[in-house]
Amino acid sequence: MTELKTVQGVTVALLSGELDHHTARLMRCEIDREITEKRPRRLVIDFSGVTFMDSSGIGLIMGRYKLMNERGGSVTVARPPVYIKKVLRLAGVDRLAPISDTLDDLLPAEDYAKEAERIEQTSGQTN
Amino acid sequence: MSRQAVRPINEMSVSFPALSENERFARLAVSGFLSQLDPNIAELSDIKTAVSEAVTNAIVHGYRETKGEVSMQVRIFGGGRITIKIQDKGCGMEDIEKAMTPLYTSSPEEERAGLGFTIMATFMERVRVKSRPGKGTTVLLERTVQGKQRL
Repeated sequence: MTELKTVQGVTVALLSGELDHHTARLMRCEIDREITEKRPRRLVIDFSGVTFMDSSGIGLIMGRYKLMNERGGSVTVARPPVYIKKVLRLAGVDRLAPISDTLDDLLPAEDYAKEAERIEQTSGQTN
Repeated sequence: MSRQAVRPINEMSVSFPALSENERFARLAVSGFLSQLDPNIAELSDIKTAVSEAVTNAIVHGYRETKGEVSMQVRIFGGGRITIKIQDKGCGMEDIEKAMTPLYTSSPEEERAGLGFTIMATFMERVRVKSRPGKGTTVLLERTVQGKQRL
């Protein structure tokens, strides 16, 4: 499953479940559609919800890197679990896309979610 | 050392059509059968990844995503030694060495990273490949499972 959100030129693709040759097809179609429509300058692929990944995940990252690179953009791999890091390291993915253990500093400062949270907190205080 | 036949303590065989939906099934079947060795999470993750690579190779390259059957045999020997055989009767390979070269893939358009055999060799202790063009490919993966108790 893929949850996509684009805010201020940054697309976050939150992947969840198992990432293999079978599931990668749909994931990459959904990500590519978002990139084509929204034209972000950065793609953050969030692996925190991925429970299994084989080399199909590497193919997915390499393919999105190519697409973003052609458009002058970048790709960041975020929050990979330990067992996925092993595959990422083996493939040398960090040469194409930096790997980050957190989403901090990857999202635009005025992220919708943060903004919504702030508004909610403010309204909570006034009540 | 004499090449005396060593009998497995336990074994299982399963075969399934070469459908990408079955990649997940293959991983689950292997991890379910090996649960009797009480493998730790890292071992199980390594084994599932290697199996996924071999089964995906059979489906994508062996049968080139056409109809066919993939068979898998898992054997448990003494001391936590396991072997996993993954076999297809697909197109086979002319040049096994080339196929095993890191980053080489015959299907770049499918976004295959060319790392299948590299992952198998890294995550298992031994990988043996037999292939004949037009006849099919057999991959034999071997390693020892330490298990949680023996750590």
